[in-house]
Amino acid sequence: MSRTPLPYNPKILELFRNPKNLGKMEDATVSAVAGNPLCGDMIIFYLKIDNDVIKKASFESYGCAANIATSSATTEMIRGMKLEDAWKISWRSVIEAVGGVPSVKLHCGILAVGALKRAIRTYYVNKGVLPDWLPEEVTFEEEQALEEEELAKRLPKRMPVEEEK
Amino acid sequence: MIENIRELLKAHESLKREVYLDIENSSVVPKEVVDAMLPYFNQRAYGNPTLTHKPGWEAFETIMEASKKIAKFLGCETLEEINFIPGETEANNLALIGTALSMKDKGKKIVVSEIEPINVLHVTDLLNKYGCNIVRIPVDDEGVINLEKLMGAVDKQTILVSLSSVNHEIGTIEPLKEAIEVVKDRNPETIFHTDASDTYGRILFDVQDLNVDLATISSYKILGPRGIGVLYVREGVKIERVLEGQLGTQKLWPGVENTPLIAGFAKASELAFHNLEDNVNHMRRLRDKLIDGIMRKVSDVRLNGPKGDRRVADNVNISFLRCEGEALTIELSLKGVYVSSGSACTRRLLQPSHVLVAIGRKFVEAHGSILMKVTRCHTEEDMDYVLKVIPKAVERIRGIVGTMEVD
Repeated sequence: MSRTPLPYNPKILELFRNPKNLGKMEDATVSAVAGNPLCGDMIIFYLKIDNDVIKKASFESYGCAANIATSSATTEMIRGMKLEDAWKISWRSVIEAVGGVPSVKLHCGILAVGALKRAIRTYYVNKGVLPDWLPEEVTFEEEQALEEEELAKRLPKRMPVEEEK
Repeated sequence: MIENIRELLKAHESLKREVYLDIENSSVVPKEVVDAMLPYFNQRAYGNPTLTHKPGWEAFETIMEASKKIAKFLGCETLEEINFIPGETEANNLALIGTALSMKDKGKKIVVSEIEPINVLHVTDLLNKYGCNIVRIPVDDEGVINLEKLMGAVDKQTILVSLSSVNHEIGTIEPLKEAIEVVKDRNPETIFHTDASDTYGRILFDVQDLNVDLATISSYKILGPRGIGVLYVREGVKIERVLEGQLGTQKLWPGVENTPLIAGFAKASELAFHNLEDNVNHMRRLRDKLIDGIMRKVSDVRLNGPKGDRRVADNVNISFLRCEGEALTIELSLKGVYVSSGSACTRRLLQPSHVLVAIGRKFVEAHGSILMKVTRCHTEEDMDYVLKVIPKAVERIRGIVGTMEVD
């Protein structure tokens, strides 16, 4: 294997420099975390939901430029969307929305969709009724967001020296 | 991909000032060094130094002169102890694998520290696959090697100990002389190798005085060209070659000698050692200006590695809490300040810098770490600029983290 510089495209650079929908939303209906700071990669999504429609979305990110850009792009994509439609957003479409990312950064798109789906699920769980279109089983993206958390738990504080292979 | 890189470069076009501090990963070569190299490409000494013609003899003379200079700076006994090798990675590979091969009938145990560079640790992984036992000695929270553990690890089976004399990431000056004494006392036959790439041109390093067997030094770490280094091999110490081919003047590395790079390395050494004390004091002043300035201007920061005289003169390594390292390196680059990070993101793997983890830093501290090295060529104004840029950059990246809890 080899290592290349991270060739972030102009869209990612722009969203990194001027992220849209950045910051905590004080009147959010629901929020959800994905990732874990131990992995150097954590985001939180805030949604303002009215009548099952996303009125506003914002985010905060502890992560790399790709993480910031994909989170920002996702919050742009879902504004004004019905929750049912937002649920269908794939991590591939998020990656497309930022013009593609280096393969080592694909998980940033997965994490963004994971945060979105976890927020939507939390919203309905809090409400006490799951709509028909919401699967009971957690989706791939939600699982990935969780898995990274689980993974972080399993990493010892002082790990044995392990390097890139 | 190349289009994206071009766009990234375009975003830097309006920069008025640039300060390169990523000497750990490559260096900017001063004009005097470049000028010293240029004649050897096409004016003189462009021949193969082993052959019987004028350009070859000129090359031989040039390489011998370069050996002589570097031998003097290292305190070598003979010129034959200097082996030009294409860089620190190659020299460390040669030292470890070459010793494991030459000593294969004497034992199988190799001792290193937890904070050695990757080009030592990965080689021990490889040797482990082929039957060597590897022991990794822990360090304290400032990166100082545990001499008692070292003593306990060396026995009759130990063929090699490899310990850096200065840590490449956190600048810890190791008790190398004591370590060598401890090892030789336990087993006089054990070969002692040190990666002295971050020592050479910064602190006194005399191979005779230290009684070290093998030592690696790297050209670019003293502002010489990349692609050249030296493995010092004490007279009488036998190590095997790891590459085979047409032998030249360098007995441990086959192939045609790179005379321009060798001349550049010698010139860079001369410049580093000319007024060595002044150079080191200058670096130390800039280092402390940078460390103190960052500590004063930015909250929630942590210095990685020791302070003051126990830290090498050029190394600055600071963790910015609540600030992800890769994002920070990009933000700083856009402002013309070039640094690297021990964040997992820049390393393309889940785990952050093994050195920072070994000294007990939490993952979030390692993810927010920035490594900078100052040189004799940097100025006070460079540091002023860096100190102007860093607080703003950290503030912006922390603004993206917002209210999240990331400890």
